[in-house]
Amino acid sequence: MSQASREIIAARNLGFKYTGAKKPAIQEIDLSIREREFILLTGPSGCGKTSLCRCLNGLIPNFYQGEWTGELIVGGLDVTTQPTSELSREVGYVFQNPENQLFALSVEKDIAFGPENLGLTREEIRARVDEAMNITSTRSLKDLAPYELSGGQQQRVALAGVLAMKPNIIVLDEPTSFLDPHTAEDVMQAADDLRKELGLTIVVVEHRLDLVARYAERIVVMDAGRIVADGNLEQVLDEKFDTLEALGVGVPRVSLLWSMLRTDGLVKGKVPTHVEDAASALSSLMTD
Amino acid sequence: MITLEHVSFRYPSGLLALNNINLNIQGGDFVAIMGENGAGKTTLAKQMNGLLKPSQGRVLVDDQDTKKVSVAQLARKVGLVFQNPDHLLFSETVKDEVAFGLKNFGYQPEVIEKQVERTLEALGLTEYKDTSPFLLSGGERKRVALASILASEPDYLILDEPTIGQDYLQKERLRNFILQLYSQGKAVVMITHDVEFVAESNPKVILLSKGEIVATGPADSVLSKDEMVSRVSLVKPQMSRLFGTLSKYGLPRDVVDVHRARILLEEKLSEAKATVP
Repeated sequence: MSQASREIIAARNLGFKYTGAKKPAIQEIDLSIREREFILLTGPSGCGKTSLCRCLNGLIPNFYQGEWTGELIVGGLDVTTQPTSELSREVGYVFQNPENQLFALSVEKDIAFGPENLGLTREEIRARVDEAMNITSTRSLKDLAPYELSGGQQQRVALAGVLAMKPNIIVLDEPTSFLDPHTAEDVMQAADDLRKELGLTIVVVEHRLDLVARYAERIVVMDAGRIVADGNLEQVLDEKFDTLEALGVGVPRVSLLWSMLRTDGLVKGKVPTHVEDAASALSSLMTD
Repeated sequence: MITLEHVSFRYPSGLLALNNINLNIQGGDFVAIMGENGAGKTTLAKQMNGLLKPSQGRVLVDDQDTKKVSVAQLARKVGLVFQNPDHLLFSETVKDEVAFGLKNFGYQPEVIEKQVERTLEALGLTEYKDTSPFLLSGGERKRVALASILASEPDYLILDEPTIGQDYLQKERLRNFILQLYSQGKAVVMITHDVEFVAESNPKVILLSKGEIVATGPADSVLSKDEMVSRVSLVKPQMSRLFGTLSKYGLPRDVVDVHRARILLEEKLSEAKATVP
């Protein structure tokens, strides 16, 4: 991450409680995200991850009723005063459940829906839809209706629809949940390419750290609506391993194995994040 | 027993989704059906509860042909929990949602109440019993959908991607619950991409690719075979990848779960320590 990169998301003492809920969904959130960061946002089921993401594109407080506290600036825009149509140019959101996002009669029309509403020229719309279909390998699906697609295909189409809006920030809420591991890898890779080539900022919500560990440098961990850890992924995994485990964060299995062996006094040193690191560290202990 | 005999299924669009599937599922079985996106996994699940009927071949549930009994009758025996919980949820409270099926089956109110409580407890949902399902998170809604099917204790339980949106503790809870069910003689069939969950639960694995069964066997042997795993667009579990590399030190290759890995490495590393002067 370059020092010069601009702060693109700034939350100060942010909190939100849904109308009718007993507890706030998020509270006392202080978070600063800079352009081109790739952030993994994780935490136990119901910890407030999705609610925080809903704030980023203004769904909260514009569509969800409740009590808002604190301040949130996204791409220089104050979320509480900007219409969601403005925010949607800044933040693209790929929902947990792609079916909630797709509604047009064909895949191609669905992808074009966002750009059409931006009032772009036909050529520009065409170009954006083409590019989005290329990146997400959805061209072969273009004439199908969204309901004819498998869950994994729907997820790729939803991502394409978001890409066609050319946002500066993309939030992916458990984007790989319906995908087989190979396709999941492709989606993560596509997100990382967008970050590198177009300078986008990526926020991925995911329980399974092993899927994202290769791309995300930074991890933000939430519990009961608060941020409980925030920092370099490998460092947090090493220093706060027990906390993460206790919270039910899906730590990579090699990290868990290492931590067990370290407790046994059989290995020393930093918890590895990747299979390759664990393999070479263990190999060095078995020189026969 | 659920028996699929030479089952093929073609969607009206012409797509051949299943091709000559032969399969038996009986009480006490724990089976994971895995395969690439679009392999036909969900279509296969829908054959088992009669939502879809085979184009060729037949499906028998306890000797009854699914073409000859209603889906409602089959629902008492075969519970299918869909991938997307929102297809299933509609009640005002979690409690009502879970009670709905039981009411339809005509159980007594006391039985319903007890059964609802028990199921909510088992799935860690008790605190939400008076909450609207739609105020819950995606992962929680998924568990409510599961609870609504589990409450009526079907003999055959089919779970379509049950671990989606679940954190690790919830997965542990789910694993224990499944274990309890099949040790009581129920059959549990799970459709999943979650190789790590399968690796740690060790069910019988059926690999499906392009509508055909391409491999069957215990999780540790099926999931540690490179060729099979990549054919169905899966990725080997981390332990299997690790032990693939470590096999040159005399360790076995077919290790998929972290607990077996720990035991093997404890032995190996203690040995290595002892031989170092």
